[in-house]
Amino acid sequence: MSITIEPTVRVETRRQPIPPRERLEPIFEVEGLDAIYGAKAAIKDVSMEVYKNLVTAIIGPSGCGKSTYIRCFNRMNDLIPTFRQTGTIRYHGQDICASNIDPVAVRRNIGMVFQRPNPFPKSIYDNVAWGCRVLGMKEDLDARVERALTQAALWDEVKDRLKASGLSLSGGQQQRLCIARAIAVEPDVVLMDEPASALDPIATQAIEQLMHQLKSQYTFVIVTHNMQQAARVADMTAFFSISQGGEGERYGELIEYDATEKIFTAPSDKRTEDYVTGRFG
Amino acid sequence: MSTQDLTGPGLRLDHLPRRKRVNRTMEGLAWLAAAIAIAILGVVVYSVGQRGWSELNLNLITKQPINFSLTNAPQGLSNAFAGTIVIVGIAMLMALPAGILVAVYVNEFAPAPIRSVITLVIDVLAGVPAIVIGIFVFVLLVVGSGQSGLKGSFSLAILMLPFVARTTIEVLALVPNALREASLALGVPRWRTTLSIVLPRAIGGILTGTVLAVARVAGETAPLLFTSSVVGVQTDWNPAHALQTIPVAIFELSESPDPKDHARAWAAGFVLLIFILFASLTARWLATRNARKLAGR
Ligand SMILES: Nc1ncnc2c1ncn2[C@@H]1O[C@H](COP(=O)(O)OP(=O)(O)O)[C@@H](O)[C@H]1O
Ligand SMILES: [Mg+2]
Repeated sequence: MSITIEPTVRVETRRQPIPPRERLEPIFEVEGLDAIYGAKAAIKDVSMEVYKNLVTAIIGPSGCGKSTYIRCFNRMNDLIPTFRQTGTIRYHGQDICASNIDPVAVRRNIGMVFQRPNPFPKSIYDNVAWGCRVLGMKEDLDARVERALTQAALWDEVKDRLKASGLSLSGGQQQRLCIARAIAVEPDVVLMDEPASALDPIATQAIEQLMHQLKSQYTFVIVTHNMQQAARVADMTAFFSISQGGEGERYGELIEYDATEKIFTAPSDKRTEDYVTGRFG
Repeated sequence: MSTQDLTGPGLRLDHLPRRKRVNRTMEGLAWLAAAIAIAILGVVVYSVGQRGWSELNLNLITKQPINFSLTNAPQGLSNAFAGTIVIVGIAMLMALPAGILVAVYVNEFAPAPIRSVITLVIDVLAGVPAIVIGIFVFVLLVVGSGQSGLKGSFSLAILMLPFVARTTIEVLALVPNALREASLALGVPRWRTTLSIVLPRAIGGILTGTVLAVARVAGETAPLLFTSSVVGVQTDWNPAHALQTIPVAIFELSESPDPKDHARAWAAGFVLLIFILFASLTARWLATRNARKLAGR
């Protein structure tokens, strides 16, 4: 493999053009979302739509609230005692934070892959099969596990040692195992929070290919601070930045949300342009 | 072993000799403390073993005691061994699930204020003297209806509970949140996550805590004097009856005029000591084995 250092981000051209906005089906509609830890707002007033069967990237500098934001989509922040949010996130038209909604049901449909690989201390096979078993998807389990591992581009590497511990795999393999685990239970949406930040280029490429192949079945939302990656995989890109409020308050804000092509070649906000051209890290 | 000091222009060597001296002194003191602890243990094991040596044989655990024995017929403390096994075993069956449930509630479900209240209660309970627990169970359960092994188990279970709960809380807190998140993100309910992901990961630590708690209460005397001490010489495995136990037997034999009884008390004490030593080693072994397994090796 040869390494080339690209001076600017080059947007891939072989990506298929996105259909016009009115033909896109919104899967999430976010309106006026504030996410707050204790008394400190992490993100403020975010409104955007996430479209079905597209890959949506969330980019922005470290600390701008990307992780906080993506964890709002499957109510993962419920686990943090000091966390609260205002505004609404509608998923297929339903407010996921409404009092009659069970967060377990939300997470059943909206899976997540975390920044650091977190396989269960179980065998490779059971890492994938356990969730299916618990959720009652017991028929043809072997085939289901094989399919998920194949989709995650891991099957060939592990098919001879499915009984080995998931923890015995390398970091990149562990992350692909976590992806297999997430897609084996057939969610509707897969959220990924910097899935490739600890991976080598080959494993990263495998994950990106996986998203290309699977986006006809799933909707992906991916946080990344690697702009090349956003440019390669995403159809839509949301750029977040840190804004200063009164009294020195700092919070994350959605600056611009558009087709990836547009964000990287003709951004309409100066801050986006500075960020994607590398003038601001 | 001596090391060559770094020398050279611009190197910072302020107070180096003094720091070295302090270091050596502290190291020496720590070593001395460790040596004293080991020596004390050695002396205790040796003197107990030596005094009980004459009675330290298979008869000790297979033969019953004989009241007012005028002959040299072999006797032992089989009734006490049976009673201790039954009473401590049942105490463990009571304390283990209760302690684990308390810990799971505290660590996985309770809101922060309730959590700190329960933790405090557990700490206080751990500090309550055994004799107070004994008299409490005596007034609550024994007065009016008599003693039984089960009531003895209950009092020992109260003593074990805070230990099991404490260690379980500690090991549950060590289970990385990333694992809980991994399971919850699949759409698995909280209770199932706790049962299938969190607890198995903590099981080694829970077992270690349990073994240590068992070792601790196996030698408890005071609560059993109140709840299970009016006993005969028959070997009895029925927890509905008052059962003899090793610590109570030691206490009683020590008041006997017959030196052979004293030797038997020492021998029983020796067996108890070895059991506790063995239990601690098992706990240690479980802990390391578990750590190794969790590291994926
Ligand atoms: N559990 C938490 N408790 C309090 N503050 C938090 C917590 N997690 C994140 N934050 C704060 O929220 C802000 C956004 O963090 P995060 O969402 O992790 O940003 P990013 O993923 O973009 O780097 C940061 O200022 C961070 O300190
Ligand atoms: Mg982050």
